[in-house]
Amino acid sequence: MDRVIYLDHSATTPVAPEVLEAMAPYHREHYGNASSLHVYGRKARSAMEESRGAIAERLGVRAEEIVFTSGATEANNLALVGAAYSSAERRHLVTTAIEHHAVLHTARWLEKLGYSVTFVSPDSSGRVDPQAIGEAVQDDTFLVSVMAGNNELGTTQPIEEIGGLCRERGVLFHTDAVQAFGKVPLAMDSVDLLSASAHKLHGPKGVGLLFVRSGVRLTPLFHGGGHEGGRRSGTENVPGIVGLAKATKISFSEQDESAPRLRALRERLIEGVTRVPGSRLNGHRENSLPHIANFSFEAIEGESLVLKLDEEGIAVSTGSACSSPDLEPSHVLVAIGVPPAMVHGSLRVSTGRETTSEDIERFLEILPRAVESLRAYSPFRVGESDVH
Amino acid sequence: MYTDQVMDHFRNPRNKGKLENYSAVGKVGQVVCGDVMWVYIKVGEDDQGREVISDISWETYGCAAAIATSSMVSEMAKGKSLDEAIDITNREVAEGLGGLPPVKMHCSALAADALNEAIYEYLSQNGREIPEVLEQRHQRVAKQMAVLEKRYQSLLQEQGVSDHGTGSSG
Ligand SMILES: Cc1ncc(COP(=O)(O)O)c(C=O)c1O
Ligand code: FES
Repeated sequence: MDRVIYLDHSATTPVAPEVLEAMAPYHREHYGNASSLHVYGRKARSAMEESRGAIAERLGVRAEEIVFTSGATEANNLALVGAAYSSAERRHLVTTAIEHHAVLHTARWLEKLGYSVTFVSPDSSGRVDPQAIGEAVQDDTFLVSVMAGNNELGTTQPIEEIGGLCRERGVLFHTDAVQAFGKVPLAMDSVDLLSASAHKLHGPKGVGLLFVRSGVRLTPLFHGGGHEGGRRSGTENVPGIVGLAKATKISFSEQDESAPRLRALRERLIEGVTRVPGSRLNGHRENSLPHIANFSFEAIEGESLVLKLDEEGIAVSTGSACSSPDLEPSHVLVAIGVPPAMVHGSLRVSTGRETTSEDIERFLEILPRAVESLRAYSPFRVGESDVH
Repeated sequence: MYTDQVMDHFRNPRNKGKLENYSAVGKVGQVVCGDVMWVYIKVGEDDQGREVISDISWETYGCAAAIATSSMVSEMAKGKSLDEAIDITNREVAEGLGGLPPVKMHCSALAADALNEAIYEYLSQNGREIPEVLEQRHQRVAKQMAVLEKRYQSLLQEQGVSDHGTGSSG
């Protein structure tokens, strides 16, 4: 088989060679525990603090405002649960219906603990109206959490406006910036808490960060040795943190070049894919991250399309129910009102640093054949409106 | 996640597409759940004058497991007498494929159900007596379809849509 074309970068990315190289010494020689007093410990600590400083500088924030975590699932949990636990009287959370499960399920769990949650619905492109967020905020709201860019659709949110509104109302604002980080400029001034994850930006898996604005109090989730200023106990993943810093450096410094390049690939994708009869773009053509595009196809189901494409050497993903463990269709596609007949026939294509326009052309060549082959034995025909 | 047999049937589906001159068709599933299966049968007679499924095909909307089970059930039923075909169980379909992931077991249920529905339709069309087991299965499938229909309507409601028709299987 030829090289597999990997178009699933919003799931995860390959580690960049420079990142691997930067990390290796901290596995091999400088393996010390960052809390140890001896030379190994000092070496590890200084690498970690340099990494923290470098990331903070990129973000235009203070080093002590960066808390390293095991990834964005933890960062999101720390933001939501930590804020909930540290606010005595306020018992209400505002978030959206299209958050990643790391926020959504944490919010649902808080509901079970007795907090109340408002899930604000987006419009049909996946965009959340800041006014709707404003209307959802109550006197006892302790946090508003709205993702910067959606991991299934790519749709971006008006973070600056929402952040400004939260500040006016005296409510903390968190954004899950996992997909936006390193891809588009971040309105750091407008947020109090921000989550990111290394493995989405050509860094290693299992490491991420939570930006915590000075003065914001969070009750820690992990109790132990008091690492990370008491906000997150646990021996620090120094090689991972070094990798996260390197990946951040690369993605931020390449952003001016990579964003337009990925955006052009996305445009070409949209143009090519929507030429397939009975297809549609899910999400927004302009208000989007540059690397994610989501489509639906009539009369076929997503999991079988993903496996058909896999056979042809293309790696992509779907929001179809049949591919999820609970057989529920993507909550994001349902929330933006994708018609029931198309909600299962979705395909997410996401590009990255090593994606070329040849990859996209090859994908566009293979896709219509894969769609047609499945349609050949589907009970439904394209254009039959009432296909359920 | 899938066995080699599942992947083989998914990649090289047997008896796929719509049958010309079919005697009956069985339809199960609901697009809102991501799976719909239509099984077409042609009924003929063998040397001993027994009614047999002389030809069979299917059209399926669904995951790889749904496509593989459609393909498998069509292989299993082809050439069988109607009585034998009625006896094909979901478990046999899944076993024929070397097993299915637990969450996908409902796909094998669909395939056997669709075959049953086709036989049911054939017998009722011709004013024939319906065996007890077939009648029971038919009732169960009808009940499930009603549940799926409800789920479909509630999804529409959730989306704030109200004019998407009635939601019969086709
Ligand atoms: C938007 C978003 N939030 C959170 C996560 C979870 O991140 P992690 O894999 O680092 O736990 C992901 C990726 O899976 C994501 O896309
Ligand atoms: S058709 Fe949905 S799980 Fe098989």
